[in-house]
Amino acid sequence: MLKFILKRLLIIVPMALLVVTVTWVLIRVAPGNFYSTERSLPPAIEENIKKKYGLDQPWYIQYGTMMGNILRLDFGDSLKYQGQSVNEIIARHFPYSAILGLLAYLLALGIGLFAGIVAALKQNSAFDYGSMAAAMLGLSVPNFVLGPLLVLLFSLYLYWLPPARWGGPLYLIMPVVTLAAIYAAYIARLTRAGMLEVMRSDYIRTARAKGLKESKVLLKHALRGGIIPVVSFTGPALASLLAGTVVVEKVFAIPGLGNIFIQSVLNRDEPLILGIVAFLSILIMVANLIVDISYGFLDPRIRYE
Amino acid sequence: MREEQHIKDEVMPDADGPVVAGTSLWKDAWKRLLKNKLAVFGLVVIAIMVVVVTIGPWIQQWLTGLTPDYIPEDGDQIRSFPPSWEHPMGTDDAGRDLLARVMQGGQISLMVGIISTIVSLIVGVSYGAIAGYLGGRVDNIMMRIVDIIYAIPYILIVIVLLSVFGGENIPGWINSLSEFFGGGAGLNQIFLLFFALGLVSWLTMARVVRGQILSLKNEEFVMAAKATGVSTPRIIFKHLVPNALGPVIVYATLTVPSVMLTEAFLSFLGIGVQAPYASWGSLAADGIKNIAIFPWQLIFPGVTMALTLFSLNFLGDGLRDALDPQTRKF
Amino acid sequence: MSENNGNLLTVNDLRTYFQTEDGVVKAVDGISFELKKGETLGIVGESGSGKSVSNLSVMRLIPEPPGKIVSGDILFDGIDVRRLSDEEVRNIRGKRIAMIFQDPMTSLNPFLKISTQLMEVTQIHLGHSREQAYDHALEMLRKVNIPAPEKRIDGYPHEFSGGMRQRVMIAMALSCEPELLIADEPTTALDVTIQAQILELIKGLRTELGTSVILITHDLGVVAGMTDKIIVMYAGKIFESAPTKELFAKPANPYTKGLLKSVPDPAHEHGEPLYQIPGLPPDVANLPPGCPFAERCDRAEEICEREFPPFVQINENHHSLCHFAKEVHASSGGE
Repeated sequence: MLKFILKRLLIIVPMALLVVTVTWVLIRVAPGNFYSTERSLPPAIEENIKKKYGLDQPWYIQYGTMMGNILRLDFGDSLKYQGQSVNEIIARHFPYSAILGLLAYLLALGIGLFAGIVAALKQNSAFDYGSMAAAMLGLSVPNFVLGPLLVLLFSLYLYWLPPARWGGPLYLIMPVVTLAAIYAAYIARLTRAGMLEVMRSDYIRTARAKGLKESKVLLKHALRGGIIPVVSFTGPALASLLAGTVVVEKVFAIPGLGNIFIQSVLNRDEPLILGIVAFLSILIMVANLIVDISYGFLDPRIRYE
Repeated sequence: MREEQHIKDEVMPDADGPVVAGTSLWKDAWKRLLKNKLAVFGLVVIAIMVVVVTIGPWIQQWLTGLTPDYIPEDGDQIRSFPPSWEHPMGTDDAGRDLLARVMQGGQISLMVGIISTIVSLIVGVSYGAIAGYLGGRVDNIMMRIVDIIYAIPYILIVIVLLSVFGGENIPGWINSLSEFFGGGAGLNQIFLLFFALGLVSWLTMARVVRGQILSLKNEEFVMAAKATGVSTPRIIFKHLVPNALGPVIVYATLTVPSVMLTEAFLSFLGIGVQAPYASWGSLAADGIKNIAIFPWQLIFPGVTMALTLFSLNFLGDGLRDALDPQTRKF
Repeated sequence: MSENNGNLLTVNDLRTYFQTEDGVVKAVDGISFELKKGETLGIVGESGSGKSVSNLSVMRLIPEPPGKIVSGDILFDGIDVRRLSDEEVRNIRGKRIAMIFQDPMTSLNPFLKISTQLMEVTQIHLGHSREQAYDHALEMLRKVNIPAPEKRIDGYPHEFSGGMRQRVMIAMALSCEPELLIADEPTTALDVTIQAQILELIKGLRTELGTSVILITHDLGVVAGMTDKIIVMYAGKIFESAPTKELFAKPANPYTKGLLKSVPDPAHEHGEPLYQIPGLPPDVANLPPGCPFAERCDRAEEICEREFPPFVQINENHHSLCHFAKEVHASSGGE
């Protein structure tokens, strides 16, 4: 087990470097660069800046330098935000996205698991149909529509909640709900399908034949197998939470990393793009590793060599 | 047993009818699909949406003379009009009719969904089938590549694809394609978007197909084909892929809404469909700016889009249940 | 309603139906039988004949919907099982009536340790503490001849072979010394050599604990040496019921005769192909009005297609569902 974790952790390093390399190639292949999007600078100054960032070197030297820096976890300074290091920018903006994403995923887990389990147990009941219709709605209403509609209702007509920006817990409610909706919907559907499948299995019949209470059959015997699909969904979900937070950060004017990332891509801010891509891909791979490890706890048949 | 008789009458009206012999898998699935009310609802809504979106603009222009980019003469003074008889969905900031724009946006959104799904089908099915059939090291390398692309945020890929091949660098065939449809640079951008989205959405398809092929390739009919000297590409595409078609169709149906959502998301961020063209995503993005004063600018495109995605999802669910009898409710 | 005269289990005119897309499936359609204390009953039939459903009905384990016990009485030790509350049924399940299922590979929970699965039975029904339950589980594993139970008790099902898992299932079923053990095709999924071992094990424990047993199988060979009486089921109906010896010696139903002919008999190996009843079991959702076996029966006459056969009493303990029961009985006489 320990060996497996170490091995996977070690693989993350080359994988992350590979992802960064691909990203770097993509940025370089694209015509133009940071300076072509800025107001045109006097050639002398541009020359100076290029020298400062090593942009006058041949590409393989630049690539080598970049890789060296990344191995030292130093992504250099942003081109756009003068005098700020990429690490500082990430450290400053990531917490907003992390809090948002984490709260949203927890909320989605709570709602999704509850709705999915109850819907599976009361299959074809009003609750089942109602919650599955709601889940379908959650999947179908884009979050950039849901968010503004919530603002319209709760801020502009009812005056209950602040419409935007970062502040106390009240400020968090609408962004978190907006972000959580689609995940709650997914999780509810996955849980319901997983539970229905497990509840049909022979070992549940065995558990019932033993005279166990229905609640015990459910929690002790069925739940583990039933939520495995939800656990596997967590990996992709964390990856796509990024996309989700971009929208939510934009709609609610929250200074999170998603917004910064889109801006950096549009600005062609190379160090910042590379830094964020490296950071996020490591994050996603670690999350996937945690998911794989938790499989081991859920399912004793899975062995890690 | 009155109750029993009642049940019998209700459930088995065609008990004496012809036996199911000869009904193919597809006919069977179609019958099951038609029994699913929600799926039928989805199918009907999609059909209506496609018809309205394709011929609606012509009818509207013929009836009222309004086009998606028609700006009234006094466009400087008027702001956005609320819904009225003349403008059922109201107008946008410039006084352009919103119904016309939503219909035009629908054309683009649906096209994005369909064309990108076709691209993802072609790439994903071939890729997955080849990896699954060849197996071993080839499979390993091919799937690691998929893993790596998974780890790169797809926004980045789409943006880079759009900027690498956008503007001056547009590939000739896309340019001639958009000229064929009578459009300029704006249309180029849209066609480019189709392919960019298709190219990032084939990953899951490849995994689905690979899994299917892996479980099929040791079946006897493959052995038989091999023994009679059928070539490898022919085995893959004539013998194996048709047998994996059920899950592929189901997954493709679910890809359409997810691609549409991605397009809307990109357009919302301002990197997808650009003016003068509209998509549901870009219309919603415009609408949000004025949500406090002109809410209809968000509500109509948003609700239309949600309704379409809702129906597509129901249809996809229904197809899955119909094509995969194992998951059917007992 | 019958009296509780020494009967542990009395099933009277039980009907269990399933609602499916193809119509109402009458999985069990009016069956009656009795089981005395200490007796072993064999229920024989092809798959889909309703033999498992009838016993799941006794335990009230029919998934509902789509299934439903439509009518009939189930009296267990004088208790009307159909009238019990869910809570009361649970107190019987696993404690007084226990069950072993066909597929030991899927009937044990793959996510839980063997010890956990064994212990929970006695913890609920006998009020055992964790330690007591653990010791008891260990003892049960020893009883079913699991080698080195101290080492294996904390393993997971996937670490056990099929035969060992079925032993664990038996240990679990017998933990509370139930009065009735229902074994639903306990050996079907196992290798032939293991089958014999498992049957011997059930036989031995039955004698040791004085448990009544219902043995469900599609294989007459399995019930021959173990049961006191046998019920043959077909299409949700009882086709024949008789004491084991009499059934083997003088069957009164063409279907039973067919089944008997298709049991491989090593003593009479003439190199001829093994007999097979022609055709397939009928679609229970669309039964014809006449005898459901008529189509496959080598003795069928015109009346069989038209009229449902009567349940003919041959003698005190022998019944057969056939228009020609008496003739069949007579003809299968002195061989």
